[in-house]
Amino acid sequence: MSSAVDSLLVVVLLLNFMLLGTSRLGAAINGSALQGVILGVLTVFVHGSFGARPLLVGVAAAGIKGLLIPGLLHRALRDAAIRREIEPFVGYVPSLLLGAVATGAALLFTSELPLAHGHADSLLIPSSLATALVGFILLTTRRKAITQVVGYLVLENGIFIMGLTLHEAMPLLVELGVLLDLLVAIFVIGIVIDHIHREFASLDVTRLEALKE
Amino acid sequence: MAIALVLVPLLFASIAFAVPSGRWRPWLLPVGAAAHLALTVAAVQAGEVSALDGWLRIDPLSRLLLPLLSLLFFVCSLYAPGYLALRPERKNRVFCTALFGFLAMMSLITVSHHLGLMWVALEATTLASAPLLYFNHNARSVEATWKYLLIGAVGIALALLGSFFLAYAALVPGLETSLLFEDLVRQAPQLSRPWLRAAFVLLFVGYGTKMGLAPMHTWKPDAYGEAPGLVGALLAGGLTTCAFLALLRFYQICSAAGEAAFARELLVTMGIVSMAVAAVFMARQRDFKRMLAYSSVEHMGILVLGIGIGGAATFGALFHVINNALAKGVMFLSAANIHRAYGSKTTDAVAGALRRVPASGALFLVGFFAVTGSPPFAPFLSEFTILRATIDAGRYGVAAGFLVLLFAVFVGMGATVLAVVQGEPPGDVRETGFHDRVGTVAPIVVLLALVILFGVYVPSGMSAALWDAARFVEARP
Repeated sequence: MSSAVDSLLVVVLLLNFMLLGTSRLGAAINGSALQGVILGVLTVFVHGSFGARPLLVGVAAAGIKGLLIPGLLHRALRDAAIRREIEPFVGYVPSLLLGAVATGAALLFTSELPLAHGHADSLLIPSSLATALVGFILLTTRRKAITQVVGYLVLENGIFIMGLTLHEAMPLLVELGVLLDLLVAIFVIGIVIDHIHREFASLDVTRLEALKE
Repeated sequence: MAIALVLVPLLFASIAFAVPSGRWRPWLLPVGAAAHLALTVAAVQAGEVSALDGWLRIDPLSRLLLPLLSLLFFVCSLYAPGYLALRPERKNRVFCTALFGFLAMMSLITVSHHLGLMWVALEATTLASAPLLYFNHNARSVEATWKYLLIGAVGIALALLGSFFLAYAALVPGLETSLLFEDLVRQAPQLSRPWLRAAFVLLFVGYGTKMGLAPMHTWKPDAYGEAPGLVGALLAGGLTTCAFLALLRFYQICSAAGEAAFARELLVTMGIVSMAVAAVFMARQRDFKRMLAYSSVEHMGILVLGIGIGGAATFGALFHVINNALAKGVMFLSAANIHRAYGSKTTDAVAGALRRVPASGALFLVGFFAVTGSPPFAPFLSEFTILRATIDAGRYGVAAGFLVLLFAVFVGMGATVLAVVQGEPPGDVRETGFHDRVGTVAPIVVLLALVILFGVYVPSGMSAALWDAARFVEARP
């Protein structure tokens, strides 16, 4: 079981780098969607049983993160008729390097901290932190509203992995509540993106500069 | 009881959504708010109640903050019909529904003792307030909403990661993991220290972003500047109070674990930083609604500073939560009236508000003295309590910084406020058709009356609730 979990987590980490390196917005959305589906599968594996609860949370996570949210984002992309991220604040190669540093830092940080029994040789915690950090890098270094949202999703994915270590503490209601909040958040953000597009005829957030000191 | 506090506003939200008439819908707001206020009074008198296996509990902190939030919402709801009548061109269906949703989630935060549930509710307040911010539907408000949503969502995501770290701190020594507040306080001494500290830092950054502490405050001037005044009052008095409550819960866990010294240093430092940033940006601020946002940053700084000092300052900080919410209500609502009267919110176009809208102008001016902590208003008492406790604790440097920054804020804010209210209204200002009316002035007078009342006389019931809450926050196992 744990080897399956670790191989899935390696795929998640590789997807992080693919997201950092791509300039195509459609590919970035698909990358985060694939991560979402993997997280759904991971939920079932980490619980180690095929009970009703892990299945429900897994299906909900895969459905919301892998299907519904990417669907909303693809629609926003189509309406805005843009394909590529142009001139991010930090280029693709530097952001790949930043991603590598973040992943290394996550591994180092985890090895310094005391871990619970059974987590010492698992990739769960380092990949959670690495994914959250990569999400943060995407959020802060990209220009297009949609890539920033993808960054936020990747950040949430990292936090979701951390939540997997705590399935006993997390009641079903809260787990579903977190997923629902995420869905509504993206829905509201989607509406705002639509309005940004209409007001500014662009999804470039650097145009949002009227409000400053 | 605790469940009804959440469900009743949600019921009103669905009614507001279903009502077809845009003219009559705003009158649902005072009705729903009055119902919530009545429920709150009943709930507070019923004492310690818990529901849903201890997930919801009315504890001393909820007994203090729930009436405040309910009252603030009630006063704002009295203001709303008059305000929305001035804006017949804007549809208010989503606005009214989101307001009730916002009230429901604020109530859920105050009674929630499951930290995961509290997180869900706090995130939901962010989402419910997005349509409120975007009420004006123009380029500036879409920009403000975007920044608010994105920064708020990232902040709150970090808070979730922090909550998970906290639960993991129980997993490391092999304890049963739980996100119930009571369980965590009980287990606190055995929690893994590194994880606990990392959790507190993440939670502080996360919920600090929602509170608007510097340097995570960047969304605040944009959001408060573009939001309708009544939304600004609810965000500055309500949402920040809820985020502060969330922070207090984690502070309690930290201090139960014997890590209070670590947490307090962080709180005092960030408190002073927030006050300093606010003082700098408030100087020569021409936009008086943005000025109010920086004033809010300053007061959030005062709150965490008070908790960081501890002892009598905890009492002062909790008292200041109430005073800040009420005084901010006065400022935001009167600023909204002035904004309506001139069609502008910068001192380039606004002057002589005392002549043009005498009641709103006067309330704005008096509110300024209240919010900057001049006697005899209530914020003076709470700020003085914090200052005295700081000196008693031997933190002379902090006390000196606190005083200097309060003075700097007073001067900076005073320049803008005086420019707004004094002088002659500019001749070329267009006629907006706005005059002081009972509906848009009386609610502000109610808030101001409370600010003055608490400054000269604290009712015994409130003072008992304050002491209960302060002892609850300070309690050592």
